[in-house]
Amino acid sequence: MEFFEIGLAHYLSLAAMLFTLGVFGIFLNRKNVIVILMCIELMLLAVNINFVAFSAHLGDLVGQVFTIFILTVAAAEAAIGLAILVVLFRTRGSIAVEDISSMKG
Amino acid sequence: MNSLTFAPLAPIFPELFLAVAGMALLIVGVLRGNQSMRFITQSTMFVFAIALFLLIGQEPSNEAILNDMFVQNSFTYYIKAILIVGVIASLALSKQYLEQELVIRFEYPILVLFAGLGMMLMVSSNDMLGLYMGLELQSLSLYVLATIRRNHVKSAESGMKYFVLGAISSGMLLFGISMIYGFTGSTNFDVIGATLIEEVSLGAVIGFVFVLAGLAFKISAAPFHMWTPDVYEGAPTSVTAFFAIVPKVAAIALIIRLLFIPFAGISEQWFQMIWLLSFLSMIVGAFAGLRQNNIKRLLAYSSIGNIGYALIGIVAGGDAGLASVLVYLTLYMVMTAGVFGIILCMRVEGVSVTSISDLAGLSRNAPWLAYSLAILMFSMSGIPPMAGFFGKFMVFEAAMQSGLYTLGVIGVLSSVVASYYYLRIIKTMFFDDPAPAFDSNIDFSRRLVIGFSVLIVLVFILKPSPLIEVSKGAVESFFS
Repeated sequence: MEFFEIGLAHYLSLAAMLFTLGVFGIFLNRKNVIVILMCIELMLLAVNINFVAFSAHLGDLVGQVFTIFILTVAAAEAAIGLAILVVLFRTRGSIAVEDISSMKG
Repeated sequence: MNSLTFAPLAPIFPELFLAVAGMALLIVGVLRGNQSMRFITQSTMFVFAIALFLLIGQEPSNEAILNDMFVQNSFTYYIKAILIVGVIASLALSKQYLEQELVIRFEYPILVLFAGLGMMLMVSSNDMLGLYMGLELQSLSLYVLATIRRNHVKSAESGMKYFVLGAISSGMLLFGISMIYGFTGSTNFDVIGATLIEEVSLGAVIGFVFVLAGLAFKISAAPFHMWTPDVYEGAPTSVTAFFAIVPKVAAIALIIRLLFIPFAGISEQWFQMIWLLSFLSMIVGAFAGLRQNNIKRLLAYSSIGNIGYALIGIVAGGDAGLASVLVYLTLYMVMTAGVFGIILCMRVEGVSVTSISDLAGLSRNAPWLAYSLAILMFSMSGIPPMAGFFGKFMVFEAAMQSGLYTLGVIGVLSSVVASYYYLRIIKTMFFDDPAPAFDSNIDFSRRLVIGFSVLIVLVFILKPSPLIEVSKGAVESFFS
């Protein structure tokens, strides 16, 4: 039954997949800035899975402490991201990614 | 059980003082509203001056405090001192600009204060957790600063771009930290360093690549530089000045600490990566700057190129290489402060202008500004006897001594290419038909910063030894 036991490698693969999804979501998304914010959140949560998995594997609590800190910072980051989004919508009237292009070169 | 005493906390006093003072000033701002902006700006400068005295008053030691989370050695000591001076200079530059542009918000100086605090904490951290928290305190403050001109399209847009790319870089950094934690079993710099010297695991190297990519975003080294020109152009000019003067020095110092303490065991791996970052940054900085017409964008590319030169010193390594990085960064800070002081003076009838052609005929309209900018531009392009020459000279000398001939030659060639756009500004000021004259009301603190910057650039040749000696002393903590 060893094949069905969930071990460190499974958690790490899950985290790596979620992280990649987050990164690709940011770069492939051409529609909406809110999707970008969601992808950033996904990246941070993938990192949290990594930390908790390693923490359980190593029998060391530092990883879980780190996770709590990341959750806190992620909340602050989301708040600031949404605030900037509101400012952007007020000045432009749109939050489409292709509209954020007044500067180039 | 230990009794609670404050004496062991002495190395962190400047940071504690800044944190408490920042919160107190925030309360003042909330109670008294935006009309207290002038008072809070002056208090913030004063608070940083006190922090500088607290810093100078202590002896740097190599001992880590707070469960090995925080270290105050001669290197962090020097970096923090120049960071504080840079923050004070950028606040002095921005005071009049903010009033003219009607960005009268008391949050501005407080955000600068917290950004400065975050940088000081991340430079001193001896643990990945402290590094991450300091970096985020800095970045979150900077995102808001870039967007502070809320009714302005470009400011909002630059804030959004900065936020998204900054958040990606933080994500990559964190992913790297989690891999390093998993494969070395610790987040402490010393423990990671000891583990990696004994045995190099592939997982830790992958983690390191992510960490370095995340930090390369923060110093805007090519190929992670995409955000820099847009943010420099879109953010209010005083914020651009702050971005250009302070955070990159902190991030480079952090990279140096990471490379030489926890990642000293994988120097073969990081050598190639930093080499490539340096190479690409110099090329991008030199060539992409050639077709810019906006002076803020131009300086963004100039800063990318300058990061490339600073990285040469890191690749060269050893105490000569690292000391050359510190000298280079210090002189770069001094020059940038002066250049941005002059850019902040570019206002025609109350409206700020940022195109290079607006500088035309400055030598007739405002000769002092024109000559100051000319001196600073000569220094930026590395022409002796200005200070910028010595920064470049030390970096290239360190590169030659450690046999980095390719990097050294590319550096010299790209600085020749880059001198085209610096000299073009001088040509515009002195030989083109005059554009409308700039407003002549420049406040005292900005004159002071420009004056000091030009003075240091001019007289550095007479006595370069103090800065070089101090830099050499600062990097000794890595090799003792």
